[in-house]
Amino acid sequence: MTDLTKLTLADARDGLAKGDFTSVELTEAHIKSMDAHRNLNAYITETPEKAVEMAKASDAKRAKGDAGKMEGLPIAIKDLFCTEGVQTTAASHILEGFKPEYESTVTTNLFNNGAVMLGKANLDEFAMGSSNTSSYYGNVINPWKTADGKDLVPGGSSGGSAAAVAAGMALAATGTDTGGSIRQPASYCGIVGLKPTYGRCSRWGIVAFASSLDQAGPMTKTVRDAAIMLGAMAGHDAKDSTSAPVAVPDFEAALTGDIRGMKIGIPKEYRVDGMPEEINKLWENGIAMLRDAGAEVVDVSLPHTKYALGTYYIVAPAEASSNLARYDGLRYGQRVMEDGDSLDDMYMKSRAAGFGKEVQRRIMIGTYVLSAGYYDAYYNKALKVRRRIYQDFENAFGTVDAILTPTAPSAAFAIGENEDDPVKMYLNDVFTVPASLAGLPGLSVPTGLSSGGLPLGLQLIGKPFDEETVLRVGGVLENAAAFNAKPFGQEG
Amino acid sequence: MSSLDKETVRKIAFLSRINVSEEGLSELAGDLTRILDFVEELQEVDVEGCDPLTSVADLTLPLRKDEVTDGNIQQKVLANAPMTDAGCFVVPKVVE
Repeated sequence: MTDLTKLTLADARDGLAKGDFTSVELTEAHIKSMDAHRNLNAYITETPEKAVEMAKASDAKRAKGDAGKMEGLPIAIKDLFCTEGVQTTAASHILEGFKPEYESTVTTNLFNNGAVMLGKANLDEFAMGSSNTSSYYGNVINPWKTADGKDLVPGGSSGGSAAAVAAGMALAATGTDTGGSIRQPASYCGIVGLKPTYGRCSRWGIVAFASSLDQAGPMTKTVRDAAIMLGAMAGHDAKDSTSAPVAVPDFEAALTGDIRGMKIGIPKEYRVDGMPEEINKLWENGIAMLRDAGAEVVDVSLPHTKYALGTYYIVAPAEASSNLARYDGLRYGQRVMEDGDSLDDMYMKSRAAGFGKEVQRRIMIGTYVLSAGYYDAYYNKALKVRRRIYQDFENAFGTVDAILTPTAPSAAFAIGENEDDPVKMYLNDVFTVPASLAGLPGLSVPTGLSSGGLPLGLQLIGKPFDEETVLRVGGVLENAAAFNAKPFGQEG
Repeated sequence: MSSLDKETVRKIAFLSRINVSEEGLSELAGDLTRILDFVEELQEVDVEGCDPLTSVADLTLPLRKDEVTDGNIQQKVLANAPMTDAGCFVVPKVVE
């Protein structure tokens, strides 16, 4: 029998439909793989019993002739999505033991479409990070290794989701992306990651980091899988006032393989100083693939690109400082209080004990840029630059259908690297942050290997609510690149 | 160039309601100053006549009827609270 953990979502869906195997068999194969790869620490909470129960229910549902878009397919859920009755931590100590009394809209949609939950995937604490080294529940280890066997980060913040998919511990996973948290780990782990347009998926029930940027999306083995899963996640939701009242198209139907005559923009500002030659080469190869497929490649200019990271590191912490004010040791989560403590003492002790270093830094930066006397100089200024960045894209999309860039400036790095200076870590998001600030869809597709044999991805950025074009071009890139390298132990 | 001193960090930490030790204050002063230096380059951008962009969602916030749509879930609301009493959250004494 074929190894069921090596199937794509689409293959598994078709195999289930043909009756080649059951959801219980598929799910049990993944539970076995979770046991075998526990050293990667990709999951914070495993839910094997729930998974088998859901799979049984799915098989029964299918037997009655009723099958959803993700019927019987076992996936990982980033531990930022509230799941009813299942611990939801956001990888923070402050939420340890928190069991939501409700289900997020995205997971509700997935489960209504038949998906099976294997467990809650590890991440950077409150999704703040690019390496998955800030989780209270330990580092996630990338299934890919250096040639001499050294451990690497999976990227972040959706590092557990990416590692789980790359190692065959889930057919696919949900991620969330605020400044690159789906796309960068997808690139580091050699999988596909799609951040949809802001408003495409409901944020209701997702632990909030930066509300004007946060967006949920699929992390999968192929572009087709991303199209299938996005269709099962997306949709308008009255409970999220920024959720867009637009119809969900058939994303899979967009994968026609035909991009003849399409215009692909290459932004010159993404040729940043000190960009490694191998990233440049990867990009050039991608450009050639799209040109060979009949697309017209044109230069575009996004002149405010260099200010995107600075803008992001004001806007995101500002929103985070406000969102994370809710962790007060009172309504849920950890409380630290001693006899005679005042209310302020309780707040301050609970939050000091509950939040990790990076989260504390971001709350404080956010508090500072929003405080009296600094609001205009920092926060308001950043919002104005954000509009400039938005306008850059608007202008570019006046002439092109999609934009091609590298996903990240490097391959996965060693655990512990970039930890000495917070700013160094932030630079990993240099290519993903601009599209986040503009709310645009971004897709990372693995297209090559670094000199060290590690996966590298290219990013496609599209117009608002035009995931279909991004997926179509992504599918062509995927076919042309024929990326089929696998991490150690996943070959064959 | 803005450089944060220990006293400013102490003030921010209190505004953030996060307890920080004396050594922690110095370390944070360094980290936060580096981050502020990093974002300083925004000051050179010309934003004359540019409105702040607060949301990319191209929609006016929807209004709904002002009516109660849920409720009677006291047990659910309190289920994750570290300390409850008689159906209420418990806070330290705030009135002497």
